Amino acid sequence: MAQSFFQDDEILGKAYDARLVRRIWEFVRPYKRQGSITLLVALLVVGDDLLAPFITQLAIDRYIAPTHPSAMSVADRMNGALLMGGLYLLTLAVGFGLRYSQTFALSVLGQRIMYDLRSSLFRHMQRLSLGFFDHNPVGRLMTRITNDVDAINDLFTSGSVALLTDLLTLVGIIIILFVENWQLALVVCLVIPPLAFATSRFQRVMREVFRAIRVRLARINANVAENIAGTQVVQLFNREDRNFGYFDDLNHDYYRTTLRSLTLFAAFLPVVNLFAAVATALIVRVGGGQTVAGLLSLGALVAFLQYTDRFFLPVRDLADRYTTLQSAMASSERIFRVLDEPVTIADPANPIPLTSVRGAVEFRDVWFSYNREEWVLKGVSFRIEPGESVAFVGATGAGKTSLISLMSRFYDVQRGEVLLDGVNVRDVAQADLRRHIGAVLQDPFIFAGTIASNIRLGESDISDERVREAARFVNAAGFIEQLPNGYDEVTRERGAGLSVGQKQLLAFARAIAFNPEVLLILDEATSSVDTATEALIQDALEKLMRGRTSIIIAHRLSTIRHVDRIIVLHKGRIVEQGSHDDLLARNGYYKRLYELQYAESVTGA
Amino acid sequence: MLRHWLILSFGLVLIIIANLIILVPALILQRAIDGISHGADARALTLYALQIVGIAIVAGGFQFLSRFVVNSVARRVEYEMRRDLFRHFQRMDVAYFQERKIGDLVARATNDLSQVRQMLGPGIQNLANSTVAIIVTGIAMVTIDPRLTLYSLTVMPLMSVFFVLVSGSIHRRYRLVQDQFGEVSARAQENFSGIRVVKAYAQEQAELDGFNRINAEYVRRAISFARVNSLLWPAMYFISGLAVAVLLWRGGVDVITGRITLGRLVQFNTYLAALAWPMIALGWTVNLVQQGSASLSRITEVREAIPAIANAPEASPDAAPTRGEIEFRHVSFSYGERETLHDISIHVPAGSSLAIVGPTGAGKSTIVNLLARVYDVTSGAVLIDGHDVRDIPLEELRRAIGYVPQENFLFSLSIRENVGFGASDLTEEELARALDISQLANDVADFPDDVATMIGERGVTLSGGQKQRAGIARAIAKDPLILILDDSLSSVDTHTEAAILKRLRGVMEGRTSIVIAHRISTIKDLDQIVVLDEGRIVERGSHLALLALGGLYAGMYRRQLLAEEMEEDEPDIEASARSSLERDGARLSDTGREGEEG
Repeated sequence: MAQSFFQDDEILGKAYDARLVRRIWEFVRPYKRQGSITLLVALLVVGDDLLAPFITQLAIDRYIAPTHPSAMSVADRMNGALLMGGLYLLTLAVGFGLRYSQTFALSVLGQRIMYDLRSSLFRHMQRLSLGFFDHNPVGRLMTRITNDVDAINDLFTSGSVALLTDLLTLVGIIIILFVENWQLALVVCLVIPPLAFATSRFQRVMREVFRAIRVRLARINANVAENIAGTQVVQLFNREDRNFGYFDDLNHDYYRTTLRSLTLFAAFLPVVNLFAAVATALIVRVGGGQTVAGLLSLGALVAFLQYTDRFFLPVRDLADRYTTLQSAMASSERIFRVLDEPVTIADPANPIPLTSVRGAVEFRDVWFSYNREEWVLKGVSFRIEPGESVAFVGATGAGKTSLISLMSRFYDVQRGEVLLDGVNVRDVAQADLRRHIGAVLQDPFIFAGTIASNIRLGESDISDERVREAARFVNAAGFIEQLPNGYDEVTRERGAGLSVGQKQLLAFARAIAFNPEVLLILDEATSSVDTATEALIQDALEKLMRGRTSIIIAHRLSTIRHVDRIIVLHKGRIVEQGSHDDLLARNGYYKRLYELQYAESVTGA
Repeated sequence: MLRHWLILSFGLVLIIIANLIILVPALILQRAIDGISHGADARALTLYALQIVGIAIVAGGFQFLSRFVVNSVARRVEYEMRRDLFRHFQRMDVAYFQERKIGDLVARATNDLSQVRQMLGPGIQNLANSTVAIIVTGIAMVTIDPRLTLYSLTVMPLMSVFFVLVSGSIHRRYRLVQDQFGEVSARAQENFSGIRVVKAYAQEQAELDGFNRINAEYVRRAISFARVNSLLWPAMYFISGLAVAVLLWRGGVDVITGRITLGRLVQFNTYLAALAWPMIALGWTVNLVQQGSASLSRITEVREAIPAIANAPEASPDAAPTRGEIEFRHVSFSYGERETLHDISIHVPAGSSLAIVGPTGAGKSTIVNLLARVYDVTSGAVLIDGHDVRDIPLEELRRAIGYVPQENFLFSLSIRENVGFGASDLTEEELARALDISQLANDVADFPDDVATMIGERGVTLSGGQKQRAGIARAIAKDPLILILDDSLSSVDTHTEAAILKRLRGVMEGRTSIVIAHRISTIKDLDQIVVLDEGRIVERGSHLALLALGGLYAGMYRRQLLAEEMEEDEPDIEASARSSLERDGARLSDTGREGEEG
């Protein structure tokens, strides 16, 4: 737990990465028009801003302190001052309008792009194989779709455009200074090289510290999530203090690291201010000398001072901008890593449509491994005729669950092929394939919603009546109707409040409501239901199996007495198959499994 | 707390000093401009320049110190709040977490907390800095030229008016955005956790549609927030600029009439420029404070939740269980409006065993949850060694109980640490024994790092059966007075289960044990069997007595045997049971070995 960190979260962001920027651009492209307008407005804001010191200069040199005061009447000069004040006000009002439209438009733009990003991520993840979900904890995937996307949003709202306007402001000011008086401008520019050096040094150190902080925060978040999910166990085992100890180590480590970043942050501003002071001092010394010598007007000197002051404003923000950019780049790297995750289980280019399925299932010399190291299935071949019911038995790890996963094409086989009605499952669209396969899985997952919505899921075609019918069919109606709101009873995340058995029954009802024309697959689903309910389910199963190809996985041999054929798996190979009686008569592995089951039933605890 | 305030006050003093020093350069600039307009010499100009740089160095020192001091307090507070929140979560009862979304709670401990830190660090620093800068600069301006100050600062109250107008709206809208953020997280979490079901039922498109609805609502709320929030910056900019416009006009007139010098005008302009930033920062700070306090209220909401299960004031260590005698006395329990247990009375003598059987949803798990105080009874009492469990300190109560919950949760720790989860210093022998009894030893031997193998992402993924066995090992390693197995063998295959049960018999000797099972074969030899149906005890007694009763239990048993007989022609239940009993011992170990090797 203490060491649990995620490589992915340790991505070291660069502030600018051309490859990533191109990828982000794909998402911006649809909004090119809005984007360009926003940029144009940003340009206008910069221009408007740079106008202000110029107006001041104009006011001083023309009206307030002209070189030849006698050339104009005092009243005219006063009116001039009023005019200049009004002009200044006008640029402010225009600036306000422009600035608001730009900020708002940028937010809207950012949000639209975020919507697309989240949606693409979600869509892509829906297409990824289960193998991906096996290897990536839910918490990490959530971070991608929430926090990481938000970090990219900052890139738009306070990163890229702001940086651009900052740069334009800097360039604009430098140009204006050179036009006003190139000698003085050159002197002021002396501070730029050391300033650039200090800033880049600062950024390099900042990047390291920033990375260290992110890693530590990711560890903390993972730890908090795990401890909340495991509260009951923590409490029952009196582990509060020790788990708290682990957490506190992480939390404290994070705290110490943030203090390091703080030192840098605190130092940056005073250092920039020092450079600003040096620039001001240079203007006073050199520019003042020029004014005294009559080479520079007083108004121009004042404008110089004001422009220089404005020059340092964006530089002060640079640290924040940099952090924003860096964190956005790191986040986008992680997001694109998910988006680039290949869809290993993909639909073929021209899927063969499954129109009328009879339900012949065949495995032809199937070899399968989750990790390409250990074979779970080693050359499994069998054929199940339409309407036939088959049970797979075997010890844990024999490969039974994998069979089911392969049938639904949750994974692809490494060798051999899986066929439905003689068609390789790889040649069929997954949705089409799964429409014909009703699967009750080991974990009866319940969604937040209602009882009814858990039975019909997103399929609005399934009528209320069919929902009820399905529930009655699997004998789930009994407990559902006792709930205060019946089928509209709200179910919470992961079905909290429902017993495992009830969740199991709901999962059954779900499978039946979808009325899979062909296959019903039950994956040791009956193990958590009590005997009475199990008997009812057996009854429902029998009805279901009639006319349907059925595959049942069960640890309990007692649940398979009604099937046509039993296939015995052992360590990834089929060791025996036949009817229950045949197998018993054969006196082989099945017989021993069976007798153990029988013997165990009287052993007791 | 007091320490934080002291340090913060120190930081405030530093901020005041820094701001006082920052006033000086404008004064120097005024002298310089007036000097220049009267033809100052090179020596005087050099002196002005050196003064400006010197002051900047001193001011910078104070700025650095004040920023560091204030922000370090914020970081410290963040650290402490996160620590307290974690502690709080640890104390909350299971029902609390069941009613809430984990993703949302985690968001509060992370995102909301960093918003609060932003409010406290940069927020307080900017607030103090801006306020001090405004006051100090204001005083300086009034002292130098009250009339000019009056002209240029008349527009400033507009700023406050504007704040009052928009801040409430921003706060409300931000909270709506944050709430929807929680929804987005929760929805994503649910989809990723239930991805097998989603795929099995080809619900990808429906899920995407559902997600996009929430996503679109988030965007809608974020835009509504931006509509108001986008006003802050431009408005601050505008209002502070307004002062400069007024100064340009009125101050310009004063220079023309000769009331003030041009240097003074520039000085005032510098002060106004110096005010502009604090004013704007103030707007930004308001933003931070808005978001921070919305986040703070979300955290406070969590912090204020009172754990339903806590130590009673009269809980005394004297009540700690010593023998393990358990009594349920007229216990009823309601979950929400539904009564799930009704008038349950059971007595389990110390060292004896109790089995609870019954249909799904009968309330079996609830009974043991009441014993371990996962929940508290609605009426009646649960007693251990004559003490009400609510009077036993929780730590003592839970120390006495080794619980294998129905839905197991293992931590991303090593196997060793997971098994030793409740036992602080587990010896190698104890670990080996727990792994042997739970039949996990062979599995562990195959893991890359043996007992040091990590469970979860950075190590091995356990199967359902392995998880259950690890749960059993964890409970046994605790060496508890009372052992509870809640349907703990359902994912374990048959011969492993037989082997576990055989070894558990030794463990259960001398301990009080409660076993919940669906298969009667698992529990028929226990001292006492209680049959539960719809929250009531319908039958109780020994296995034979219950069979003789011919009720629900006998029916369950008959059905199970029938199933297990697999159409073998064996009409006499008792006879078949007896004959199996005679055969079982030898075969059990034989087949067990076969199963492992063959």
